Amino acid sequence: MEIFQQILFGIILVTAVYFFSKRMALIKKLILLGKAEDLHDQPMKRWKNVALLALGQKKMFKNPTVALLHLLVYAGFIIINIEMIEIVMDGLFGTHRFLLGMLPYYYSFLINSFEILAALVIFACVIFLVRRNLIHVKRLWSNELTGWPSKDANIILLVEIVLMMLFLKMNAADSLLQLKGIEPYANHSTGVFYISSLLHPLMDRFSIETLLLTERICWWMHILGVLAFLNYLSWSKHLHIILAFPNAYFSRLEPNGKIKNMPAVQNEVLYAFQPESAPAASSDPSPSSFGAKDVNDLSWKNLLDAFSCTECGRCTAACPANQTGKMLSPRRIMMATRDRAEEIGSKINQQIEWRSDNRSLLYDYISEEEIRACTTCNACVEACPVSINPLDIIVELRRYLIMEKSSSPQEWTSMFGNIENNFAPWKFSPDQRINWTKEST
Amino acid sequence: MKVPIWSEEVSKGNQPEILFWVGCAGSFDARAQSITKAFITILNKVGISYAILGTEEMCTGDPARRAGNEFQFQMMAYQNIQLLNGYQVKKIVTACPHCFNTLKNEYPELGGHFEVIHHSTMLQQMIDEGKIVLNENGAFKGKKITFHDSCYLGRSNQIYDAPRSVIEALDASLVEMKRCKSNGLCCGAGGAQMFKEEEKGNNRINLERTSDVLETGASVVASACPFCNTMLTDGIKLNEKQEEIKVLDIAELIAQSI
Ligand code: SF4
Ligand code: SF4
Repeated sequence: MEIFQQILFGIILVTAVYFFSKRMALIKKLILLGKAEDLHDQPMKRWKNVALLALGQKKMFKNPTVALLHLLVYAGFIIINIEMIEIVMDGLFGTHRFLLGMLPYYYSFLINSFEILAALVIFACVIFLVRRNLIHVKRLWSNELTGWPSKDANIILLVEIVLMMLFLKMNAADSLLQLKGIEPYANHSTGVFYISSLLHPLMDRFSIETLLLTERICWWMHILGVLAFLNYLSWSKHLHIILAFPNAYFSRLEPNGKIKNMPAVQNEVLYAFQPESAPAASSDPSPSSFGAKDVNDLSWKNLLDAFSCTECGRCTAACPANQTGKMLSPRRIMMATRDRAEEIGSKINQQIEWRSDNRSLLYDYISEEEIRACTTCNACVEACPVSINPLDIIVELRRYLIMEKSSSPQEWTSMFGNIENNFAPWKFSPDQRINWTKEST
Repeated sequence: MKVPIWSEEVSKGNQPEILFWVGCAGSFDARAQSITKAFITILNKVGISYAILGTEEMCTGDPARRAGNEFQFQMMAYQNIQLLNGYQVKKIVTACPHCFNTLKNEYPELGGHFEVIHHSTMLQQMIDEGKIVLNENGAFKGKKITFHDSCYLGRSNQIYDAPRSVIEALDASLVEMKRCKSNGLCCGAGGAQMFKEEEKGNNRINLERTSDVLETGASVVASACPFCNTMLTDGIKLNEKQEEIKVLDIAELIAQSI
C-alpha cells in the first residue's frame, strides 16, 4: 500500500512538472517570436529594479493597504511552499514529516510560522474576494474583465483559501493523532500547532480511522491542489508570480519620454542627405516592414510584458484617454497582445501555420481608433506594478499605420505636410518664426 | 524686443553660451509667444549670454515621431543636429518639455550631444544663485497657486521639484491637485493630439483636468509647457472661469515679479 502511494505520487509529480515545463517552453517560444532587443546592459541597475519593483513591490505601495495584503498573500504563498519540499520528500520516500528529522529544534517554529502565514493568507484572500466582488473598485469592473478574466481572479483566490485550509486541517488531524498515540504520528512529536489546534474541537469526535483518512486526504488534496495550481497559473494572469521578476530585470532603464529609435530609418535618412555615406550595395538588410502589425513585429520584451500582465487595470485607471470615455485602454492593449500570442501558441501546438492565418494584432485585436487616442503621457507605464510598457506597443502599431499603410487622420496628414514644407506643425512659413521678436514685450 | 539671433552673433564674432530653443509653439502660437517673451525678459535682465536660432530653427520632430511618422522625425532630427553641431552649440535651454525631451533624450543617439536644460530648472538655478531677484511684495505673494505637471517634464523626465520651487520662491501658497506629480493627469495635448480632434468619448481630457484645477480654488494655475497652457486655458474658458483663475507659465510668474 505504502509503495503504491509512493509510485502514484511519483507519477503525478512527474506528469505535473512535465506539463508545466512544456507550457513554459511554449510561452518562451512565443515571447521569442518577438524581435531581438538587447536589454542586458547595466546589470546592477537591473538587479536593483528586481529588488525594488518585483521583490519589494514598490509600485504597489501607492496604495499601502492593498500592497500589504498583496504582500501577505504573495510572501505567505512563497514561504509556505517551503513546506512543499517536505511534502515531495514524504511522497517520494514514504517518510512522514521528513523535515522534522532534519531540523528537530526548529521544526515546531517552522510549521507554526507557516500556520500563522496560512491564516493570514486566508484573511487577505477573503478581503480580496469581498473587494473584488462586493465593493465596486472601478478598475476591477470594466467590461474588459467579463468572462474568463474575472473568473480567473476569483478561482485563484478560492484555490488559495482551500489550499491553506487543507494544510491547516492536515496539521490538526496530525496533532490529534499524536495526542491519541497513533503511529507513525506519535513518534513524530511536533509540539503544539497553535493555529490548527483551534480546529480540534471540530474533529474531537472523529474516530481514529476518520482522523487517519482526514490526514491522508488533506495531504493528497493539498499536493494535488498545488500541482494543479502550478499548471493553471501558466494559463492565467497569475503567471506574473513568476514573470514579474524577469520583467523587472529587463525593464527599460532610459527616461520614459524617450521613444525607441529605428536605426533602419535613421540610416535611410542619412543616406538621403549624404549619399556618399551609403554602404556599397544594400549590405544591411532593411526590415521587411516598419512598425508592428502583429506580435512578431514587436520586441520580445513587449511580449514578455504581455505574459506578465496581472490585468489589474492600474494603467487603465490612470489613462487620460480611458478616463474620458475613449476606447483606448492600456490594459486591453496588453490583454489583446497576450491573446494574439496565445492564439498563435495554440496554432503552433496544433501544427497549423499561423503566419498565413490572415489575422493580426492590429485590426483583429486592436483597432485604429484605440491607439489613435493615446497622448503618450506615460501614466500607464508609471502605474504598472510589474514594469509593463503599453505605450511602447501603441507607438509600434502607430508606426505601422503611418509608414506602411499611410493611414492617418486628416489633421495629421496636414500636420505632416506642414512639417515637411514649413518645418512646423502649423501652417506658418519659416520666416514668420521670429515675428514675435518684432513686437514689444 | 531685443533678441540675439545665433547666426548674427556668429557673424559679429560672438559665440553665445546658451541656445534658447524657442520651439514651434513658442514661436507661432499667440498665447505661447508671451511665454517666450517672458523668458526673454528674464534672460535679458539677468544678462546671460544666449541667442535663438530664429528662422533656422525647425520642429524637433516630436509630434511626427509620436504620431508614428519616424521618417519625418529622422529628417527633422538630422537637419536640426547638423545645424546645432555646425554652430557648435553646447548648452540648450527650452521652455517646451516636448522639445526638451527630444533634444535631451532622443538626439544623442542620432549624433546630437548637448547639455539640455528645461527653463524650470534654469529658473530655479538662477533664483538659487541670486541672479534673479524677486520683488519683495510681488504680485503673487500669498496667492493660492496650483501647478499642473507636464507629462514630458514629470513622468518622462522626473522633473517635479524645479517648477514647484520656482513657485514657492514667489512667497505664494502652492496647493496641489488631487492628481499631481507622478500621478498627474495629462492635459490631452501630447502624442500629437494637439493637432487633431479627440477620439469619441464622454469628455475632453482638458476638461477632465480643468475640473482638478478648479477644485483647488487656486487663483493661478501654473504650467511649464506651452501645450498644457493652451489646453488649460481652453478648459477654463469653456468653464467660464477666466475671471477667477489665470493660466500662467512659470516664466510669466517670474517675469511679472522682477
Ligand atoms: S500613454 Fe497612452 S495609453 Fe498610456 S496612459 Fe497615457 S494616453 Fe493612456
Ligand atoms: S499593464 Fe500593468 S498596470 Fe496594466 S493591467 Fe497589466 S499589470 Fe496592471
